[in-house]
Amino acid sequence: MAYTKRLDGRKFDETRKIEAKTGVIKNADGSAFFKIGKTTAYAAVYGPKEHFPRSQQDPTKGVLRCNYNMMPFSGTGERVRPGPNRRAKEISMVTTNSLKAVVDLSDCPNAVVDVFIELPETDAGSRCAGICAASMALADAGIKMKDVVSAIACGIVDGSVVVDLDYLEEAHEGDVADIPLAMIPSTGEITLLQMDGKISRDELDEALKMTLEPLRKIAEIQRKALKERFK
Amino acid sequence: MGKLLLQDKDVIVPGEVIAEGMDYLPSFGTYREGDKILANKIGLLSIDGKVLKIISLAGRYLPKRNDVVIGKVIDILISGWRIDLNTAYSAVLPLQEASFDYIQKGADLSKIFALDEYIVGKITRVTSQNLIDFSTKGPGLRKLSSGRIIKVSSTKVPRIIGKQGSMVSMIKETTGCKVTVGQNGIIWIEGEPAQEILTIKTIRMIEENAHKVGLTDQVKKFLDKNKIPFTESTFKKNEERRAPAPKDKPFVRTESKNDSEPQKEKPFAASKKPVEKKEDSKTEEKGEQ
Repeated sequence: MAYTKRLDGRKFDETRKIEAKTGVIKNADGSAFFKIGKTTAYAAVYGPKEHFPRSQQDPTKGVLRCNYNMMPFSGTGERVRPGPNRRAKEISMVTTNSLKAVVDLSDCPNAVVDVFIELPETDAGSRCAGICAASMALADAGIKMKDVVSAIACGIVDGSVVVDLDYLEEAHEGDVADIPLAMIPSTGEITLLQMDGKISRDELDEALKMTLEPLRKIAEIQRKALKERFK
Repeated sequence: MGKLLLQDKDVIVPGEVIAEGMDYLPSFGTYREGDKILANKIGLLSIDGKVLKIISLAGRYLPKRNDVVIGKVIDILISGWRIDLNTAYSAVLPLQEASFDYIQKGADLSKIFALDEYIVGKITRVTSQNLIDFSTKGPGLRKLSSGRIIKVSSTKVPRIIGKQGSMVSMIKETTGCKVTVGQNGIIWIEGEPAQEILTIKTIRMIEENAHKVGLTDQVKKFLDKNKIPFTESTFKKNEERRAPAPKDKPFVRTESKNDSEPQKEKPFAASKKPVEKKEDSKTEEKGEQ
């Protein structure tokens, strides 16, 4: 049976409800909260600060270091084992790479900017929520960056092209493809593109086109949240 | 024809388009992409003729030459000290920059500046790799032996000082506290305990509202409302503090000279006032919002 109506009643190109806020962690140099549906991400930025271990310093520019972490109670019942695992390490790496494209740390050689992304609740799309929160937190910390980064997933669920899959859709029977995507809104450059599952070339084109509008909306929300703090 | 899309003093975030066309010039916090000028920092937009720049609202301190800052001694080196300036890079205070007095070879450096002590000093040099040279030679530069230290964001410092030091002198007058504001966001306060707390509260208020217009009036109102009248002991204590330091003066050589040359102390104390003014006038341009 084809997937003609989404399980939670959304339109195919409609995202879940988004909330965003900055300055949520007072101790940090910059922080942000980003919630999409039942996926919540907090990001805190510390730095630029002295970089240890010294062997990892870069004398030409500062280093960006992201850490993605799902909290033990964040899953849907099963306890998530705390600490770094293969998946978290990979997501930390792709998050760093997708943010590196906008961040300019040439003013602070040998230093490091630490980004901590914590997820108290997850319902698919956590790396995208993490990237959105992290890019807001970086901007909030006064880091020089050419733009914020907006991210969302797209894909197909049993033959239908959709935007922003939730966990039930990811676990749907039949062919499912899940494509997290991050973009620099001002230039349209893509800084993250991964895929799980199977999709045809035409469907991929359609899915990517479908995300453009939601990504612009997310960028708007991010900018608004950043300004909100200085009202 | 160039088109300006935003207004002066607007809050702006990275990636926002400020102007189109080639009529405007990007400066600090902005960059050109094609024929557009975009922001790359969060802050307030400042339009100065054709030049578009951003006054930062967030971010850690980056060392700059000639900045007067407050630092903490974190290590004692073979001939100098390592100072933490609340930034990603530590500064070095070489022996010859520490004092006008002669320091004997092999002298115990911890007698001059001990670990964890706070010092008011000046940044004399910053290299491309942000290695910092520091100096405590100069009027108004000294070791801080009592009082309180608080930290604020370095981007709020120009507002705390105010135009020509108006804000900080208003706080000083109302509370009777001595206040030194380092460009790196470390502030030293000394006075009556209750007044010190009022000073801290005021500074925190300025920090929170640093992006708003008409802050001076707001602070004045706040101070008028919360003013604590001076007691006799305020003046007495200030007198006491001004009295010459006890015998365990850190500078090794001055100890023997001290009794015969009481003037030594004086020019230092006398030169304090104009210096603070100098510091204020220096930050004048930065203080503008």
